[in-house]
Amino acid sequence: MTIKDTPLQLGPITLASRLIVGTGKYKDLDETADCLRLSGADMVTVAIRRVPPKKEGERSLWDVIPPSMHILPNTAGCYTVDDCLRTARLGRELLGERGKLVKVEVIGDEKTLFPDVAATIEATRALVKEGFVCLPYVTDDPVACLRLIDVGAAAVMPLAAPIGSGLGIRNPHNLAIILEVVKAKRPDLPVIVDAGVGVPSDAARVLEMGVDGVLMNTAIAQASNARLMAEAMRDGVRAGRAAYLAGRMPMKLYASASSPLQGLIHAR
Amino acid sequence: MRLVVNGEPTVLEPAPASVAELLVRLRVPLERVAVELNGEIVTRAERAGRPVKDGDTVEVVTLVGGG
Repeated sequence: MTIKDTPLQLGPITLASRLIVGTGKYKDLDETADCLRLSGADMVTVAIRRVPPKKEGERSLWDVIPPSMHILPNTAGCYTVDDCLRTARLGRELLGERGKLVKVEVIGDEKTLFPDVAATIEATRALVKEGFVCLPYVTDDPVACLRLIDVGAAAVMPLAAPIGSGLGIRNPHNLAIILEVVKAKRPDLPVIVDAGVGVPSDAARVLEMGVDGVLMNTAIAQASNARLMAEAMRDGVRAGRAAYLAGRMPMKLYASASSPLQGLIHAR
Repeated sequence: MRLVVNGEPTVLEPAPASVAELLVRLRVPLERVAVELNGEIVTRAERAGRPVKDGDTVEVVTLVGGG
């Protein structure tokens, strides 16, 4: 059955798929290209780094991102507001018309890669003033999400678990509260779970809760068969969204028979 | 001319006259890089007209895989 759904709107960009995929950690560029296609995603994340020495005829990431895909440059690896702003500006210069959006990422701790929330809010505020469409990666903290909306974030992207951990949803209750408070303040503002997803059931589960989209990289790239996992994630996200739109049945403590109690051939 | 390019001390003789010329000499894919000169972005349109001076610090960046 075709799902009747409104598309995911991130600032000026409209996405049909609710799965956003990263481009890191793949075995090679062929695997990257296949996984981007098989995931069904309309948007990919990329990092901004010093250009490596050029080898003649060598392909680069540029060659495997289809022109139809939107590109979301991140500020991964930045630990200060200044570095984040610099990286974001370089990304915009690099991508031109394709670089209106930025995944704002200011890391506060090397081991957990948890964001520095205060710095993330400050960087988002500054980048919004410079005309960026900001999608900040943030801890699963409802108040931090509200503060990010106050400074002009176009979406909030709470983590499910640490980046690259594959632990799944460590705090579903916080995500539920984030959805409640964000949607109460701005019903149209997307909540995207970014980081921590390990398997399609994690993705399906957050979509079932009403999260608007999922961003993942390692869960696909580090699967034994990345291509098959890209398809599995596509299906998990689709199933989760469909279930959210379908509306789950109410939970009951006791059983409720599915077969009729009338017409039994024996007495009870 | 001595420059620091992407953190590496680099000597270029003869000296490049502009950022555009520097990028050609560095053999980087011109349309797939962004440039910062002494911490300030040099846009594509500004590359040809922006001189490079001895002691300048240059960053040349591109896209890489990331999440």
